[in-house]
Amino acid sequence: MLNGHCLETSGNGSEMLTDAYRRYVGDYPKFFKMDGLSRLGFIASELILQRLGEERFTPRTDRAVILFNRSGSIEADVHYQSTISDPDNFFPSPSVFVYTLPNIVTGEIAIRNKYQGETSFFVLEHEDQPTIQAMIEASFEDEGTTSVLAGWVDYTDAHHFEARMKIIIKE
Amino acid sequence: MAGRIAVAIADNIISPLGLTSEENYMAVKDGRTGLARYTGQWGLPDPFMAALIDRESLPSLPDEEGLTIFEKMVILSIRQALSQCDVDVTSERTLLILSTTKGNVELLGKSTTQRCLTPSCPLLGEAAKTIANYLRNPNLPIVVSNACISGVCAQIEASRLLATGRYDHAIVCGADVLSPFIVSGFQSLKALTDEPCRPFDIDRTGINLGDAAATIIYRGVAADALPSGAWTLVKGAVRNDAHHISSPSPTGDGCYNALRYVMQGACEEDIAFINAHGTATLFNDEMESVAIFRAGLSQIPVNSLKGYFGHTMGAAGILETIISMRALNEGIILPTKGYECLGVSKKINIATESGHTDSRSFVKMMSGFGGCNAAIRFCEYQS
Repeated sequence: MLNGHCLETSGNGSEMLTDAYRRYVGDYPKFFKMDGLSRLGFIASELILQRLGEERFTPRTDRAVILFNRSGSIEADVHYQSTISDPDNFFPSPSVFVYTLPNIVTGEIAIRNKYQGETSFFVLEHEDQPTIQAMIEASFEDEGTTSVLAGWVDYTDAHHFEARMKIIIKE
Repeated sequence: MAGRIAVAIADNIISPLGLTSEENYMAVKDGRTGLARYTGQWGLPDPFMAALIDRESLPSLPDEEGLTIFEKMVILSIRQALSQCDVDVTSERTLLILSTTKGNVELLGKSTTQRCLTPSCPLLGEAAKTIANYLRNPNLPIVVSNACISGVCAQIEASRLLATGRYDHAIVCGADVLSPFIVSGFQSLKALTDEPCRPFDIDRTGINLGDAAATIIYRGVAADALPSGAWTLVKGAVRNDAHHISSPSPTGDGCYNALRYVMQGACEEDIAFINAHGTATLFNDEMESVAIFRAGLSQIPVNSLKGYFGHTMGAAGILETIISMRALNEGIILPTKGYECLGVSKKINIATESGHTDSRSFVKMMSGFGGCNAAIRFCEYQS
């Protein structure tokens, strides 16, 4: 759903994200290296940013990316753990390990958009809007920040994920 | 209420070098290290050098059954810091901010399910809630999980929220506990060395990791009521390189932008030293030297504390800030343990011996996976 309207998608679970990539993005093959959380955050951010009507992909330091969730990077954590659990089948994977930090999704969004402002990630036990609102507002204490791409981006596994994102602009 | 300034009023460090900030600081002054070499630890095939805490030697807590080592270390650290001041942890005007990269990830190795079915499960928010409940703090705790810069971010978040006047105190605790998950992960990236790390040195070959928990309790104080001698968090910034998710920008963009922001309103002569991230990887240390040079700060003494504690991940930003504050209380610039000969392209001023300074201001900087960088300028308030 974007700005109150449903967008057409197909596919179950995480296939929907790949389908959305093909329909609405299509020009960023790095998408296929990303883990679930990063794909989710990337797609959500692309859908918003494509329709903002502003110039994109020019380096800027005044847009912050501040995301929240409950599950951290659990999908990548479980995946990485599976590469080290069996001593007879021990193959620690660096490409999986890199995604075992939830803030990587903010890095992926920053790289795509050349956002050189603040990127932050916070984990809360539940989605508490007053806390989230207070923290987003307080981020403007950084005088260099004029807008924030903010949201709740939670990915537990291929069939359990949600993202709600918005842009907040300083008056 | 608005515009209150974050003042550090109490602190604690738990590491292999001691259970209090004082013990840890004295060990650093003595040049001691918590690093040791481990072969076959946890059944991992490759040896590594790290600062591991002897878990059996941690003091007991009342009702500690069911707490994980991570939760226990956080609680011990916070309680020890609280014992130095009169902050009421049970007040809704006291906020708990945790900084950690992997929290209770050890639990994954002990469970076959991926859902959180038990009270102590691997989700960071759950661990934070367990800790808040133990301490009887009524607020939803905030967990900063911004890779290795989390400890600096958590302090910046504390200063922002204290400035709003919604809280009087922020208890900022950073901690990470090493495990096969973390060590094997860094080994898979070829980021570790099994020798003592050598920040900024020409022969540096990588990181040593370390266990630690570190706490700073901040109070929001009106600008006209600052106590003399108080450590204040003057300016902080987080900036992304927008370059790569696991390598720093070769031009140090994010680090440079963060430094430039926090140096607004200060001059180079005011700054006693820059406590860098200095993890002793080829890329990180080179990048920091470029950022420092670009920011026009090449003359300022630079040090790294990784040779004493290892890289303590979620704890690092807080732990290294505490040691820096204590050093500057005595007018000391601590040397960079493991450094002998400059091995970065910019000629920056690495502190090699204990030096003296009359300045009472320092900059803490850090960088982390995801391309993030952070810096804070701290000043000791002189009335």
